[in-house]
Amino acid sequence: MSGKVTNDAGGSGEGGEGAQELDAAFFARWMTTAADAVSHEADRLTELDSAIGDADHGGNMRRGFEAVREELGEDVPGTPGAVLMTAGRKLVSTVGGASGPLYGTLLRRTGKALGTGERVGREELAAALRTGIDAVAQLGGAAVGDKTMLDALYPAVEALADSGGKDFEAARAAAERGAEETVPLQARKGRASYLGERSIGHQDPGATSAALLVAALAAADAGQDAATSDSGGSE
Amino acid sequence: MRMLINVPESVVPDALRGMAAAHPELTVDVDKRVVVRRDAPVAGKVALISGGGSGHEPLHGGFVGPGMLDAACPGEIFTSPVPDQMVAAAAAVDSGEGVLFIVKNYTGDVLNFDMAAELAEDEGLRVGKVLVEDDVAVTDSTHTAGRRGTGATLFVEKIAGALAAEGAPLERVEAIARQVADSARSFGVALSACSTPAKGGPMFELPPGELELGVGIHGEPGRERRAMMTAGEIADFAVDAVLEDLRPEEPVLALVNGMGSTPLLELYGFCGEVHRVLAERRIPVARTLVGNYVTSLDMAGASVTLCRADEELLRLWDAPVRTPGLRWGV
Repeated sequence: MSGKVTNDAGGSGEGGEGAQELDAAFFARWMTTAADAVSHEADRLTELDSAIGDADHGGNMRRGFEAVREELGEDVPGTPGAVLMTAGRKLVSTVGGASGPLYGTLLRRTGKALGTGERVGREELAAALRTGIDAVAQLGGAAVGDKTMLDALYPAVEALADSGGKDFEAARAAAERGAEETVPLQARKGRASYLGERSIGHQDPGATSAALLVAALAAADAGQDAATSDSGGSE
Repeated sequence: MRMLINVPESVVPDALRGMAAAHPELTVDVDKRVVVRRDAPVAGKVALISGGGSGHEPLHGGFVGPGMLDAACPGEIFTSPVPDQMVAAAAAVDSGEGVLFIVKNYTGDVLNFDMAAELAEDEGLRVGKVLVEDDVAVTDSTHTAGRRGTGATLFVEKIAGALAAEGAPLERVEAIARQVADSARSFGVALSACSTPAKGGPMFELPPGELELGVGIHGEPGRERRAMMTAGEIADFAVDAVLEDLRPEEPVLALVNGMGSTPLLELYGFCGEVHRVLAERRIPVARTLVGNYVTSLDMAGASVTLCRADEELLRLWDAPVRTPGLRWGV
């Protein structure tokens, strides 16, 4: 299904090197690549969550992104913004926990910020992502350093903005590093915060899944499979 | 770990189907994941809705019925339900008098109920909300997600449910729910970790000869680990932790709650110790409830919840209730 979407994108992308190069098919590919990555890494997410949470992050995220995959498989909305808003609504309806509203808000608000154009530029995407991430920070009342998904997302969007929206690979690396750097932090939000100092020494599962989402963006851009590229890079 | 299940993925819908079979007085929608009183909406009555992750049974589905909740929304195990469930529940039980959401203070529950309240209000419903945050083991609230909602939820649902059954308006039902939430505090201990079906084994390692103090109800480890204590020593520790925060001047309601796999024999022994400590601290106990009510799957251990109770709260506590999990006076 995602292959078909990809081919369509290639066919209609003959405008080529213009500023508005990302179309709805690209965003649909990002979401299905993310679904692959989340499925592939679900056990690892759950393992991380069992150390400082309640051992369900992988399953919840997989359920949500599989629902997104199914929704987009039936009908890809016509604009990048609509693809992300549809995906975000689906996550809210299927994930539950804190992750559902938080990831749902990230995609819905990013999608809304992308507007209604049929194509968007990379700088626009970087700016829209920042809007979405700010909305997550506001909803969860969290900041960088609280040992949450924000610790992967903010470094990623900053790396992306620094490259004028071009370097998705730098965003992926920054997100992964951000997730790894949650290990020494003490959690101040979410269920891990109940552990106090005992949350130190574990990588945050939310930051880890956020890094997967960013990796999927880079993979969708490179036209490769995020699941494979991630498992190669995680050692 | 052997479990009486089919496959981990279907534990929640399987349980809902069983609930439907056992309780014809409830409408159980397995697809939408809502449990509703069959006679809902009840004309002229404010409707009470609660929900949260599954794994705490009988909370919340087992507390649906006359004198308590009108609907419950069970999420996946230890995962808060999604807004669609609360919206469906609200549509099913609202009589026009409004609905009250009873929410345990966990980030996921708060976010999902907030979204649901917004959606329900968009559809013209009046929605009240009360947050239950009674667990004194979580103290450092500027550096955490705040106190967890645990045993006090039962007191809130029972007492607000009784007032709603008398036909009180939403503002009063919400006010008494808040009063109960503010008047109740809890502390829990674990003697074993719980095992989720998805994980298939214990959520944390508790070496033999040790116990975990200040645990929540989601298999998250507690704040402190110590060498195993006697029931009497645990009662001293738990009751004092609650009293330090509550400082009651009135008689209290006491809930001696099992976490899932501690036998009633042990719970009653523990209850006797809780009463001894309260007598030593000169705090009269007006009513006591002992049993597994707010559980954490198969965790061994117990929690103590105390609620300051004036005459009105006691009257509402004693009012009739008819639910799968709590039933008297009828």
